[in-house]
Amino acid sequence: MLELQNIYKTFEDRPVLADVNLSIPKGATHALIGSSGSGKTTLLRITLGLIPFDKGYIKINDQALLSFTQVEWADRIGYVPQDGGLFPHISGRNNVALIAKLRGWSKSRIDERVEQLRKIVDLNPEILAQFPREMSGGQKQRVSIMRAAMMDPAVMLLDEPMAALDPLIRRSLQQELKSIFQRLGKTVLLVTHDLGEAVFLAEQITMLHEGRIVQTGTYRDLLLHPAIPFVSQFINAQRTLPDAGELQ
Amino acid sequence: MKRRLQAAILLGTLWCCGSIAAEPILIGGKIFTESYVLGEMAAQTIESLSQVPVNRKLGMGSTGILFEALKSGAIDVYPDYTGTLAEAILKRPELRSLDEIRAALSGMGLTISGSLGFNDTYALAVKEEFAQAHDLHSIGDLIPIEASIKAAFSYEFMDRKDGYPGLVGSYHLNFNPQKINRMEHSLSFQAIDQNAVDLIDVYSTDAKIKKLHLRLLRDDHNYFPVYQAVWVARKSFVDKHPQEWQALLGLEGKISEEAMLNMNAQADIQKVGFDKIAAQFLGSEIPDSKGWLHEIARRTKEHLWLVGVSLLFSVLVGIPLGVAAVRYHAAGQAILLSSAVIQTVPSLALLCFLIPVFGVGTKPALAALCLYSLLPVVLNTFTGIRAVNPIHVENARAFGLNRRQVLFRVVLPLASPTLLAGIKTATIVSIGTATLAALVGAGGYGAPIVSGLALNDVPTILMGAVPAALMALVAHGIFELLGMVLIPAGLRRRA
Repeated sequence: MLELQNIYKTFEDRPVLADVNLSIPKGATHALIGSSGSGKTTLLRITLGLIPFDKGYIKINDQALLSFTQVEWADRIGYVPQDGGLFPHISGRNNVALIAKLRGWSKSRIDERVEQLRKIVDLNPEILAQFPREMSGGQKQRVSIMRAAMMDPAVMLLDEPMAALDPLIRRSLQQELKSIFQRLGKTVLLVTHDLGEAVFLAEQITMLHEGRIVQTGTYRDLLLHPAIPFVSQFINAQRTLPDAGELQ
Repeated sequence: MKRRLQAAILLGTLWCCGSIAAEPILIGGKIFTESYVLGEMAAQTIESLSQVPVNRKLGMGSTGILFEALKSGAIDVYPDYTGTLAEAILKRPELRSLDEIRAALSGMGLTISGSLGFNDTYALAVKEEFAQAHDLHSIGDLIPIEASIKAAFSYEFMDRKDGYPGLVGSYHLNFNPQKINRMEHSLSFQAIDQNAVDLIDVYSTDAKIKKLHLRLLRDDHNYFPVYQAVWVARKSFVDKHPQEWQALLGLEGKISEEAMLNMNAQADIQKVGFDKIAAQFLGSEIPDSKGWLHEIARRTKEHLWLVGVSLLFSVLVGIPLGVAAVRYHAAGQAILLSSAVIQTVPSLALLCFLIPVFGVGTKPALAALCLYSLLPVVLNTFTGIRAVNPIHVENARAFGLNRRQVLFRVVLPLASPTLLAGIKTATIVSIGTATLAALVGAGGYGAPIVSGLALNDVPTILMGAVPAALMALVAHGIFELLGMVLIPAGLRRRA
């Protein structure tokens, strides 16, 4: 499980995050949602251990981030960057295997794990031999998820996984992602600005606004019992196109 | 730091290996016909009686370079002229006699022979038609046309006190500075032949005086000092090889002005090889010429050595410097700036700066080439790394790669196309610049270019220039292939 307790962060005396609390039970999928400038990217980088924070605790399975080195922490949290974030110079397979190789895994162990993950994300083996520039957006996402899961981390962190995909692919990959998360059985934190995605993939949604958490709950909670007017504004702003009745 | 140390050790080792072979007698010579002929004569004289191998380092830059070479032991003996020694070396123009000069050189561990028999002094020359048109016989006759006359003088003549500066003082000449050109000595003959200039400085035994129908202007003031040709040698050479030195002394008084002028004419006009001219005069056998292919092979070896070592240096030092420039901002600016400043120093000037530190021969040439090939590598490493998308670096850190792994697994591979392009630029620039190494006696393709220039002999120039161009082409091809191996497949252009 992933816990964030009382996280504070200021940049040059400007508060960016204040009193952020978040708790995701083991195996759950949780969405962190907010518009740009809400502080969600900063929270993501803090959670990855990339930048320091002023106050608070981050824990995975009751072990605090600050008691680990960056390298040790990285093995506990699998990161899927925006648009996959694959290294362009190496093949899909080498992207997936990179960290394991650096950790001195044997070739057979690596092969075994890659094959296992390939089945979970349901990827054609030929795709792994390709370079990122030869892959479709959905293929890159799957390879990136394999890479994040390679070291068997307790938590997976996905940054805007669908942002760069066209709407049709997005729809089908959402379905896929949901079942991939189930098969992986990991604690998942999804950072997004897309409410639809958050609703579809996550059981619980946390809304971040101006560096503070304004509400955590299900979509139903957010829709029916908004904590502040901004929650309703955010939801309404993301409503889809008008239906036929509205047009008449 | 460790990497830089490794580079230094490697370079040191390479230099040592280069200088171990059996110790030959090193004969120097300046970059004009007469000096080549005399140098060749010295070499053959020694070869005809001695088993000690002779290494010819003919066609080296200027008097200063030759003299540094002699002092540092890069050469053992070379032909020079008493006037030059007194004025340019000892800076005591009042010394006129051989004994005075010999005594003055003695303190530097050097000695000279007696006169070889001829006086090769500076003179001013105009075309015969020009002389007739303006009724010119002596230098003083130039005064009526001093404002309009166009002249080309060699760099050495312009700068030596017993050259141009003293000359205009002695004759009260007021040339128009706009019309005085400084140029390479061998090119000034071409300039006067094509009427680009009216007046040039010459050496009085220069064969081109006859060939181009030039008139020498009388020096009525006896301004130009006497330039007796002599051998200049290290005393340690004289002590170590007394027999060889005696053989050289055997040529004292043997070469008349007439004989020297004829030999120069043979070289300049009939394009007879220096070795053949010297052999003819000495009555010795013509040393078996190993042909132009052998010459090119030897020059290729020398050139490859120069380019190879400097390239190795630029890679081993330049890449770490480029990486450091990215990481440490202030130091980075200093590194980039200083390698850019080095690049702006003209190559010949840089070579001269390096002579006091490295002496003459391959070392200063290598040092200069190393410095020159640094900038493209440092700059491209810097630019290449800066162009890497910072997202990849952040992602790599998020995946748990340490600094070193981020550099070697992500940053350098992503920067490799730019980096390789920098090394390629450095190589090709190096191949071109290495032709100047001949001026400090480091050989290479520059040697035939330089002697071809001295003789105004295009085929000889091409013997250096064409292989240099070919080497650049081959280097280009090699880097294309290297790109296919070194640049990660994911970054290569699709076939």
